[in-house]
Amino acid sequence: MRRIISVLLENEPGALSRVVGLFSQRNYNIETLTVAPTEDETLSRLTVTTTGSDKVIEQITKQLNKLIEVVKLVDLTEGAHIERELMLIKLKATGAQRAEIKRTVDIFRGQIVDVTSTVYTVQLAGRSDKLDAFIQAVGTTGVLEVVRSGVSGIARGEKVLSL
Amino acid sequence: MELLSGADMLIRSLQDEGIEYIYGYPGGAALHIYDALFRQDKVKHILVRHEQAAVHMADGYARASGKPGTVLVTSGPGATNTITGIATAFMDSIPMVVLCGQVASTLIGEDAFQETDMIGVSRPVVKHNLSVRHPEEIPEIIRKAYYIASTGRPGPVVVDIPKDMTTPNERYEYAFPNKVKLRSYNPAVRGHTGQIRKAVDMLLAAKRPIIYAGGGVILGKATEQLTELTRTLGYPITNTLMGIGCYPASDKQHLGWLGMHGTYESNMAMHHSDLILAVGARFDDRVTNATEKFCPGARIIHIDIDPASISKTVEADVPIVGPVDAVLREMIGMVKEARQDPDADALKSWWKQIDDWRAFHGMRYETSDEAIKPQEVIEMLHRLTNGEAYVTSDVGQHQMFAAQYYKFDKPNRWINSGGLGTMGFGLPAAMGVKLNYPDDEVLCITGEGSIQMNIQELSTCSQYDLPVKIINLNNQALGMVKQWQDMNYESRHSQSYMESLPDFIKLAEAYGHVGIRIERKEDLEPKLKEALAMKDKLVFLDIYVDRFEHVYPMQVARGAMKDMWLSKTERV
Repeated sequence: MRRIISVLLENEPGALSRVVGLFSQRNYNIETLTVAPTEDETLSRLTVTTTGSDKVIEQITKQLNKLIEVVKLVDLTEGAHIERELMLIKLKATGAQRAEIKRTVDIFRGQIVDVTSTVYTVQLAGRSDKLDAFIQAVGTTGVLEVVRSGVSGIARGEKVLSL
Repeated sequence: MELLSGADMLIRSLQDEGIEYIYGYPGGAALHIYDALFRQDKVKHILVRHEQAAVHMADGYARASGKPGTVLVTSGPGATNTITGIATAFMDSIPMVVLCGQVASTLIGEDAFQETDMIGVSRPVVKHNLSVRHPEEIPEIIRKAYYIASTGRPGPVVVDIPKDMTTPNERYEYAFPNKVKLRSYNPAVRGHTGQIRKAVDMLLAAKRPIIYAGGGVILGKATEQLTELTRTLGYPITNTLMGIGCYPASDKQHLGWLGMHGTYESNMAMHHSDLILAVGARFDDRVTNATEKFCPGARIIHIDIDPASISKTVEADVPIVGPVDAVLREMIGMVKEARQDPDADALKSWWKQIDDWRAFHGMRYETSDEAIKPQEVIEMLHRLTNGEAYVTSDVGQHQMFAAQYYKFDKPNRWINSGGLGTMGFGLPAAMGVKLNYPDDEVLCITGEGSIQMNIQELSTCSQYDLPVKIINLNNQALGMVKQWQDMNYESRHSQSYMESLPDFIKLAEAYGHVGIRIERKEDLEPKLKEALAMKDKLVFLDIYVDRFEHVYPMQVARGAMKDMWLSKTERV
């Protein structure tokens, strides 16, 4: 099953490599990974999406917790949560394609953020499967370049992951 | 406040940490530190002949004393040579601090002379590693390193020290912190009372219980509590290779150790049990055999300081995270207060069954009129040293024979590389023990393969006068490899022969030690006695043992715990 694990990490050099190293060392899978500092400059927030059996996920969270620089973590998929991924995608846009792409972007509530005579650059945010669906809708032949941020997530309601 | 250079602060911090000995080897990036070391006499440095040995020495000391060992090396090759030693300590959760020189911070990343990314290289085999970014941080980093290494589940910590952090003429205010606090590191100080109560109820209701104890009991200094609980309950106890000594081997409730080369009765009792109380053990693959066939009728209570060890390979029914001593103490209290006693009838028939298994096999081997059996060498050593010696071993058949036939009644006396299985561990580990326990007998039980992996340390032994006894069980082959080849590869002995063995006697003598060769059975006892009588000499005993001996019992690969070879022809 796919899981989103969200980690508060000491914002120190080498901390990220420990997390990534743990995954490769123990043969765990990383699907997406995103990391950036938080409002507290001593902490980073890292979000990793991974897949595995319940036993593997339990080991992943336990092993992550053992890392000295991991302050706290939560498996967001255990409760109600919001997940978002940002995609920047360059699409071939000439002739009749231009209007069609524009319509599709509107349907997906995306934005065209850069335009040339032959190319649209589209920005789209949402769940990962929505981004997948957009790529499918525009057809892979017109896709010139895809940049995805990886998943960020946060729990719904009053639950917070903080010190 | 005192002003000190980074190098002086480092050595002062070691003094304030109470470190007596450090083991190491100098080199360019560590020279400021070595100069600071020279200008004081509280911290004593032991110069090894290879950095790997420095780590094993620190490790041997840590295993015997329960206190963290300390290593000092230079950057690059000095640092990378420590990796096998660090990995050895990591696998067995041994507390240790490894201080590594590094090229100046201004040169890092430029492929400077003797530059290696030690933080990166060591990352998978350390509990933690720390890099010095400013000299003022040194006292705190040193305190942190020892704190992390020795608390919770212990392990090695590497500290990387760029040369410009130790420059002699740059001085800073020195203050050694009494305490460190890490917001992200809080090892459990006690177990969950509700879980412990649940475990006690299960324990008292069990019909065929067994206690399975591991190295965590020794690391957690909980042998007293374990012994008290075991005796109060009257249950059988087995332990892992790493747990040897956590419960007296000579006691009748002790079934010997379990797993691949464990006793018949231990493995049978585990397989047929209905309740396993696992204490500081990690259900290693050399214990469980095939996990899907592991102890089918047993419910499992698992006590460990490391939550990640619980339900990693075998699912626990009642997990208890906490220090083993505190959890066991709480358990003992509850067992004593409980209205219910263990089921006496069930226990009686369980012991009857166990005694039958004991009678069927126990520990036995075929003796010979001519060949010296490795097992009998160990038994004789046990007798001649009253079972009181510190015994280090290398890795292979001799290690298993030593663990099987030297019966340890005390913890911290059996010192081997159980997790990583590092050949070359035995001699330097013995040196680390002897240096710190000069009045005790220290035996290094080894083989002609393993001893050659760190034999250069015979030189260190002369320099520091370390009269360990090296027992080389020489079977002229890499015995365990050969045994597997006999059993699984139709005796095709691929690369398991040593066709050009040195004359170990001359070699020992060349380093200023005593060498004794034993080839005839009748010489064994008098020559062992002669060697043990030479209290102030390192004696290298080169004993030619039966070349065809195998280690038994041996679990059948991919079988259950109960599936074992008991001899070359007998399989159960």
